[in-house]
Amino acid sequence: MELLERFAAGDLEAFEALFRAHQKEVYAWVVRIVRDSGIAEDLTVETFWRIYKSRARFHPAGNFRAWARRIATNAALDHLRTARREIELPEDLASPGAADPAVSHETREQIKQAFFQLSAKYRLVATLALIEEEPYDEIAEAVGISAALVKVRVFRAVRILRKKLHSLGAEVGAK
Amino acid sequence: MSNEENNKEIKELLQQALAPLKDPELRRDLWPQMLRKLDEQPARVPWFDWALAAILSAVLLLFPGVIPALLYHL
Repeated sequence: MELLERFAAGDLEAFEALFRAHQKEVYAWVVRIVRDSGIAEDLTVETFWRIYKSRARFHPAGNFRAWARRIATNAALDHLRTARREIELPEDLASPGAADPAVSHETREQIKQAFFQLSAKYRLVATLALIEEEPYDEIAEAVGISAALVKVRVFRAVRILRKKLHSLGAEVGAK
Repeated sequence: MSNEENNKEIKELLQQALAPLKDPELRRDLWPQMLRKLDEQPARVPWFDWALAAILSAVLLLFPGVIPALLYHL
């Protein structure tokens, strides 16, 4: 019996094999969204817990990777909805040497403030599309919406961010 | 300003404030944590199953005449 068939039938060894094969990829996707390694680890486990619980609904001929990514995205989105306040990006996760001296520390703080005020669904697409530069069709597949709707959400997120930055007094458009 | 320019400017500002995570790596195996979570979860009956059982019990108590019909169909 194939691995996916055994997993769908409830075989724990098959689940472990899938877990070990996909945990890094799921973590890498989730950490891009939540931007905290500890939370991303917990959400990776939560993702696989959801996967295990819904194994009977998985069709062995289906794409496990895409299915896992969709569930991981939902788990991350649930976290963004419930998390009261965004935790600062730990230094170990930040790409070094990215700071542009033309953008002041104050402006960066205002951008962060505006960004973390976005609702979960806009923050999700803004993170993936604008910060991580993931292709729209990949975001669409992970979120379970069309690429056109992803584009609309990115557009709205940008508009909201621009308004918030103006209200915070940031010099947007002057650069 | 066009949408593309609009996006580009905000994208650059966002990337200045929140740097993209290039190839984030998982630093430990999460399988032991997964096993703990699997062990912790008791075999719980979903709330809607309890609700269904309660409704069925109420129906049987209120209309005991349906019991023979139900048994016949089982």
